[in-house]
Amino acid sequence: MNQSDGPVVRARGLRKYYGSGEGLVRAVDGIDLDVIRGETVAVMGPSGCGKSTLLHLLGGLDRPTAGELWLAGQRIDEMSERALAQLRRSDIGFVFQAFQLMDELTVLENVELPALLAGRSPRAARRRAAELLGQVGLTQRTAHLPTALSGGQRQRVAIARALANDPAIVFADEPTGNLDSVATTELLRLFDALHTGGLTLVIVTHDERVAATADRLIAMRDGAFVGGTRLTGGTTGSLSRLAGLDG
Amino acid sequence: MQQEVLLAMLAKEPSAGYQLRARLDRALGSLGEAINAGHVYVQLGRLEKAGLVARREGTGTPDGPDRRVYELTSAGQERVIEWLGEVSWPRPDLAEFHLKLIAAATARIADPLSIIDGQRQELLRRLRDAQRAAMAEPARSDAWLLLEGIVLRLQADLRWLEACEGTWTERKGER
Repeated sequence: MNQSDGPVVRARGLRKYYGSGEGLVRAVDGIDLDVIRGETVAVMGPSGCGKSTLLHLLGGLDRPTAGELWLAGQRIDEMSERALAQLRRSDIGFVFQAFQLMDELTVLENVELPALLAGRSPRAARRRAAELLGQVGLTQRTAHLPTALSGGQRQRVAIARALANDPAIVFADEPTGNLDSVATTELLRLFDALHTGGLTLVIVTHDERVAATADRLIAMRDGAFVGGTRLTGGTTGSLSRLAGLDG
Repeated sequence: MQQEVLLAMLAKEPSAGYQLRARLDRALGSLGEAINAGHVYVQLGRLEKAGLVARREGTGTPDGPDRRVYELTSAGQERVIEWLGEVSWPRPDLAEFHLKLIAAATARIADPLSIIDGQRQELLRRLRDAQRAAMAEPARSDAWLLLEGIVLRLQADLRWLEACEGTWTERKGER
């Protein structure tokens, strides 16, 4: 499969089991998934349905018990630890609920770190970091420590960091879990702008408003997909009716 | 109350007015007290005129008013099936949707879970529209605040659908 025309993610029969015998837990139990370039896919389900485990498998943070998995055209389920770490650094971005920024580094240093780890020159890394922080609306905050920022601002720093190496795909785990209404709207607006710019994004969430803005919504229960919806069709009602503005 | 609710409650079997009333009480609990007792008979009269139900003499006590039994005509049957498949949520009419699920399951004419699923897809599409409209307004502006209200209400409706799904999935397992 060529990197430029195949799906960015391709999973077949993906499984992750923990324990054994009576205590066997099928956290992910036979997932098939294709994510095409530029698509935003939301996986939604109650806590404990396996959606975070699935995201860790897809992003190469964890190894599947069984199944086949390709990322950006490369088979990763049987890749060496070293090659996988390399691929994670260069091709995959992560955004977590708890932001996971390094509190002792400034905003700018947090964002340039992945590029430095991937072997880019300090100058190139800094330039790219400043550019990304502009894109997420934090040009005025580059010298701050993360602890001086609001939750919404920290999550935008985390998104800029995830994009530092121009990854093929970004995985987000409950990105709005710690955000209020205003910060959630701003984050969704940012995701939307990145989507327009061609970003491929997989989000696991239990926040309906995040799920509703995706191109495709997949429902997950007990480790398996139970339904998929394309949300791009029209509706039967108008927003003004929902607001109570018709006679 | 929608007249279709009574029609759907007749879909299981021909029933007298008081039986319909008892079914509504069971389905609605204390909220059912808000429905006037005579209302059921007024509605049945209208449905009969519209040709959706037919009235015949039942086998009850000869003098009691309740010995009249109502049953669906074929036009009534069609209307019920149409109503069960309708997806609408112009304003949150929770009781109508709730009774629709109960009627569908009791008369075994539709799967409550597929009705829930259709409703959820519709609500998600609306949430998408509302969310996109909210995103297009400056944060904390007046327009944003109203749209935020719509978003939060739709979210609440979706959470209730989740509770419906959980309960009806368990009931399905028990049958």
